[in-house]
Amino acid sequence: MSADKNNEVIISVNELSKHFKNKTGKIYALDGITTDIRRGEVLVIIGPSGSGKSTFLRSLNLLERPTEGTITFEGVDITSPESDINKLRQKMGMVFQHFNLFPHLTILDNMTLAPRKLLKMSKEDAEAKALELLERVGLLDRADAYPSQLSGGQKQRIAIVRALCMSPDVLLFDEPTSALDPEMVGEVLDVMKALAKSGMTMAVVTHEMGFAKEVGSRVIFMDEGKIIEEGTPSEIFDNPQNERLQSFLAKVL
Amino acid sequence: MYNFILANRVALDLNSWFAKIKDEFYINFIAEDRYMYLVKGLWMTLRITFFAVLLGIALGVIAAIVRSTHDKTIKEMRPGLAKGLLIFFNAIVKLYLTVIRGTPVVVQLMIMYYIIFASSTNAMLVAVLAFGINSGAYVAEIIRSGIMSIDNGQFEAGRSLGFNYIQTMYYIVIPQALKNVLPALANEFIVLIKETSVSGYVGIMDLTRGGDVIRSRTFVAFMPLFAVAAIYLIIVVIFSKLVTVMERRLRNSER
Repeated sequence: MSADKNNEVIISVNELSKHFKNKTGKIYALDGITTDIRRGEVLVIIGPSGSGKSTFLRSLNLLERPTEGTITFEGVDITSPESDINKLRQKMGMVFQHFNLFPHLTILDNMTLAPRKLLKMSKEDAEAKALELLERVGLLDRADAYPSQLSGGQKQRIAIVRALCMSPDVLLFDEPTSALDPEMVGEVLDVMKALAKSGMTMAVVTHEMGFAKEVGSRVIFMDEGKIIEEGTPSEIFDNPQNERLQSFLAKVL
Repeated sequence: MYNFILANRVALDLNSWFAKIKDEFYINFIAEDRYMYLVKGLWMTLRITFFAVLLGIALGVIAAIVRSTHDKTIKEMRPGLAKGLLIFFNAIVKLYLTVIRGTPVVVQLMIMYYIIFASSTNAMLVAVLAFGINSGAYVAEIIRSGIMSIDNGQFEAGRSLGFNYIQTMYYIVIPQALKNVLPALANEFIVLIKETSVSGYVGIMDLTRGGDVIRSRTFVAFMPLFAVAAIYLIIVVIFSKLVTVMERRLRNSER
């Protein structure tokens, strides 16, 4: 894919598990996940619903707390109680299925809030950066609008550039197109493709197999909290080994 | 002829009625500057209400944050000092809400004045504390419902950008929660203005007491009491109007 292959591991996940207890015993949402995400890579996570793919993604910035295992981000074990998760999250942007823009703030304020309060950027610098990003996604004219005035596709593009305003090292996407009307999926995927091309490290949970094939540098197939199969898009889509992956692909392709 | 007499009588009756009103008005409000009881009483009522509202909001926000933080995060928290403190403060806040909401405000006021602050000579300050602490309990539940009504995605978006829990509350959740509960909050303050009318129980010359003093001097109940009622009504109507304008402004900012 991208020429940027210095292969530095940016996130290292080791034996990650999350379980809930109920009367009959433990239920594993995640069951011993081990994988690495390298700089510049676009990792696409696919799988049936309830397979734990979103839980896995949300564990990477500790929105979900794993019960066992470790996640190392840029050399720091973020699962250890001593690590400053708020500081680390500044370097890990996240884009949600339901956008989660702040409805009481304008688009520009949505984007500049975190850089100003957390990175102590000046208002001018933060706004200059936000406007530049808005221009890149073609929404410069909406800077003073409120989220309720935007379409779903526009909201998700804003959510992406809001995360970019913090200059993250990794962007996590949790089903970014699942809540969109079909005609708006393309505009969001285009932004994500452009990002991938620019060398951004991305981890994407998605049902968009076309995106996975075209943009993914590596694809993980998950089911029942485990990684069932892992490989390049062509390995996964053209030559699936596992039976569950084969039946999954038969249903979605 | 008969009609003429009747008309005359009505006119006479009206005349004497007006005269009576005029007299009553004079002795109740003008004579010996009695209207000053109402003016001073109103000023006292407004001061007590204003400071009690401030105290109520401060206490209410703190109590609401403790309660909702407990309810939202306690399951996910690791055992430790922070968790212990949160459980402790949550228990205190729950006790506060139960006691305050379970007893009449006038009893709370008298307990404050005659027992807890028995040595204090500043009745107004005691009243502000009593009404503020009372109001805080109701404000707490209003704001807590506002916080709980905010979609969890807003929390997650704030946290994912790197804001800590308090910052997420402050910049993202509380502003939206307050906006959502503004009508309920306004209602609470309307109730509070009227509740201060029991201040007379601890010898404070508030608006209600002012009217009552006039009544006890002039032995006329109608005028002073209706005057007092009208003044409360006007204040509440003006306040409601202001809140409506504010709500519209806030809503406009999102359209």
